[in-house]
Amino acid sequence: MAAPKKGRSASTQSKPGRALALILIAIVALTGGMFASGHTKPRLGIDLAGGTSITLTAINEPGQPNAINKTNMDTAVEIMNRRVNGLGVSEAEVQTQGNENIIVNIPKGTDSEEARQQVGTTAKLYFRPVLKVEGSGAAALPSTPPSGDASGSASPSPSKSGDKNADNGTDKATSPESASPTGSASPQGRAVTDALKADPTPSPSGSASPSADKASPTPTPSADKATQDLEAAYAKLDCSDPKQRATAGKGKNDEPIIACGEEAPKVWSKFLLGPVGVDGTEITKAQAILDTQNGSGWKVVMDFDSKGGKKFLDVTTKLSSQASPQNQFAIVLDDEVVSHPEVNGPITGGKAEISGSFTQQEAQNLSNMLSYGALPLTFKESSVTTVDAALGGEQLHAGLIAGAIGLALVVIYLLVYYRGLSLIAIASLLVSAALTYVIMSLLGPAIGFALNLPAVCGAIVAIGITADSFIVYFERVRDEIREGRSLRPAVERAWPRARRTILVSDFVSFLAAAVLFVVTVGKVQGFAFTLGLTTLLDVVVVFFFTKPLLTLLARRKFFAGGHRLSGLDPKSLGVQPPLRRTRRPAPADPKEA
Amino acid sequence: MSKLGDLGARLHRGEVGYDFVGNRKIWYAVSILITITAILGLAVRGMNMGIEFQGGAVFTTPKTSVSSTEAEHAAEKASGHDAIVQGLGTGALRIQVSGVETGQADQIKKDIAQDLKLDPEKISAELVGPSWGDQIANKAWQGLAIFLVLVVIYLAIAFEWRMAVAAFVALIHDITITVGIYALVGFEVTPGTVIGLLTILGYSLYDTVVVFDSLKEQTKDITKQTRWTYSEIANRSINSTLVRSINTTVVALLPVAGLLFIGGGVLGAGMLNDISLSLFVGLAAGAYSSIFIATPLVADLKEREPQMKALKKRVLAKRAQAEQAADTAADGPHGDQHEDATPAVVGPRSQSGARSRGRGGKRR
Repeated sequence: MAAPKKGRSASTQSKPGRALALILIAIVALTGGMFASGHTKPRLGIDLAGGTSITLTAINEPGQPNAINKTNMDTAVEIMNRRVNGLGVSEAEVQTQGNENIIVNIPKGTDSEEARQQVGTTAKLYFRPVLKVEGSGAAALPSTPPSGDASGSASPSPSKSGDKNADNGTDKATSPESASPTGSASPQGRAVTDALKADPTPSPSGSASPSADKASPTPTPSADKATQDLEAAYAKLDCSDPKQRATAGKGKNDEPIIACGEEAPKVWSKFLLGPVGVDGTEITKAQAILDTQNGSGWKVVMDFDSKGGKKFLDVTTKLSSQASPQNQFAIVLDDEVVSHPEVNGPITGGKAEISGSFTQQEAQNLSNMLSYGALPLTFKESSVTTVDAALGGEQLHAGLIAGAIGLALVVIYLLVYYRGLSLIAIASLLVSAALTYVIMSLLGPAIGFALNLPAVCGAIVAIGITADSFIVYFERVRDEIREGRSLRPAVERAWPRARRTILVSDFVSFLAAAVLFVVTVGKVQGFAFTLGLTTLLDVVVVFFFTKPLLTLLARRKFFAGGHRLSGLDPKSLGVQPPLRRTRRPAPADPKEA
Repeated sequence: MSKLGDLGARLHRGEVGYDFVGNRKIWYAVSILITITAILGLAVRGMNMGIEFQGGAVFTTPKTSVSSTEAEHAAEKASGHDAIVQGLGTGALRIQVSGVETGQADQIKKDIAQDLKLDPEKISAELVGPSWGDQIANKAWQGLAIFLVLVVIYLAIAFEWRMAVAAFVALIHDITITVGIYALVGFEVTPGTVIGLLTILGYSLYDTVVVFDSLKEQTKDITKQTRWTYSEIANRSINSTLVRSINTTVVALLPVAGLLFIGGGVLGAGMLNDISLSLFVGLAAGAYSSIFIATPLVADLKEREPQMKALKKRVLAKRAQAEQAADTAADGPHGDQHEDATPAVVGPRSQSGARSRGRGGKRR
């Protein structure tokens, strides 16, 4: 059957020992590397090791069709990383998957609920005018002296000025003339008026919880109530308490809120803030720049879009006429005040810079935060998997047992069918398994590969693919023997064709795995990865181990002599005596023709 | 084994064999019937989509003495939705609640834990938003489409377009059958099922490719002879790779069977079970289609080529002559080996041989 030309060109592998040595060296080197790196076990995924895995999917917000892109996703990953690691979780990992998903894996032993809350929300950045600021908690900053008197003087004023402003509708004209106590009151009055103006419109549709409840035909008292409530909440707020901190900073955009901000590590300030002046999404760019001209050090420069620029002009015009601290605006990121710079004058042209005694790090952090705020991405939880460590262990156990059973069945089948020849197949399978294990272990620290249950499945299914390569080759060898060749030429003649078949079919298999890996999301990826890896290893093993080993063993008498148990016994393969063969060449004819 | 080996040898020599190509109409009919049944099943019954596709929560308790009905009541009370409770082989319970928002699930978990007096920390939970399943499914379809396009291109280059078409049909056939069986039997469709289904793609093609490889090799110089038609050679190449096909399928199914045994028998349910079940169904369909559908289809397509038509005519003419010659010469029943003893056909044979060789040269 063999086409003679092809058969003869097969003697390229005349040095089987070299290939064998090569692969053995590779195995030893990889294993050595594995032990040297200290990662002797594949890193386990959440479903096997226990922990929580959260998949977040970005939602396209109306009017921002192209918001979900790589840059935005990467930035989102960065923020989430910052947040999760802020919880003191050391091994949590955040990574993108596909185009619109972010996976957050939190190992067992951390407060997964809090982590979920942290990552689930989106970075929202707003500019709000500061109404009051004050050190908060036991370790309050001494360097915020205005806080005390500002709060003291301002507390009675809002309702009064709110009434007044609601009546006459003018807001800031009076403020510059007034002394500091009244000065502090009037922006608050404005804040309240804004709230009042905004209130009647949305209240029928059920807007804010405290004010809307009592949004009677006369909005004034309800606003008073709301502001008083807010005042009371502000007075009570203790920002050094994480629980209170978590509840602070929330509220509608068009209403004043209370919020916390960290001035220095563990040093908190509390804020009473006016309604949102500018939305963070209206910032188009933020950058940390070293000011070499004025020598004022690091500063943050930001650009607004046209709408944001206008709003920012409005806000700064109002603020710049105020006295401290009401001439400050607070940058609120994720409900927390990250910075509250003072405004020196109306800022036009849609560009602004924040200068101060920034270090480079601080300036960059701030500009990062401002950029994050420009992100229009909102995420929703697509799936949350919490696996108890015991269950994970059980699943791993089950997967390993399933693998062992599968392997054992394959080995038994091969033994029965191929006898002595199966020893080569089994040795190849073992080499393949060893390589897979070592490479998986090394890929853990290298590219963050984690073995999950589908990946274990992929490895088990791959036993079949790997074994098939041997079957293709062995059947070819047997066909050659049936043609009446002795083993050594048969092994060499069978190889080129078996090789082509193996390459073609492995290529198809690898193609499937690669497409799956690139396109799909979630657990499918882990599966595809293992399948692709094992397919590649299959080619390596067949080329550098199975074939050379068979070449070497073909020189042994046990195999070459066609021992009954070798699996290559011409008689049991049904080879007929030469005499009959020459008499019946017909069936083999078309192949040779 | 020696019997199998002997069978292998006889298959190899073409002494025995099943006429796959000759009987192809029967198998096409069988496949069309199965496909129609599958499509009907899909249309009428639809797929039993798992929690992962509908959105909802799956809680797995640790080993517990709580009965399933108790757990069901607790889960329904806590969630306000229907719950399905399954006992697992390990003594644990698997509680499925559909239609729950991911945000509510934590509370439900706590309520269930309280009701059943379990430690909420020990309860594993899988919460899935309703659109996540869609996303997985969409990506899977996308992957499928990309893969099919690439594979058809690859096969068209590595082999020829007819084989690519046949492999494509066989692949669709396998997927339809697997999906149909899922619809008819009502197995639950989970991401695990999708994984299995996508793996079948690779596997089914893998099998088909091996048969095609042998077919391509054997039909390389087909126009230089007048003994066999394309269909007959195609049939022979199926038969000669039959042992390999059987071995491959068995070897592929064995580990999957191991998975199914552990996944279904011991764990009761879950990812292992889902993947292996769809693999099992798909692998069987794949082995069937590469032998009974893909190759006969190639033969069908190939026989439409003018060259192959001409070849068939020559072969048939030659056979008729040989038969006549045998009849007139021996005047007896047809001998088994009448084709080998053919002194009478030397004239026409060499003629047609020369013609076809010329053609073959032009073609290359």
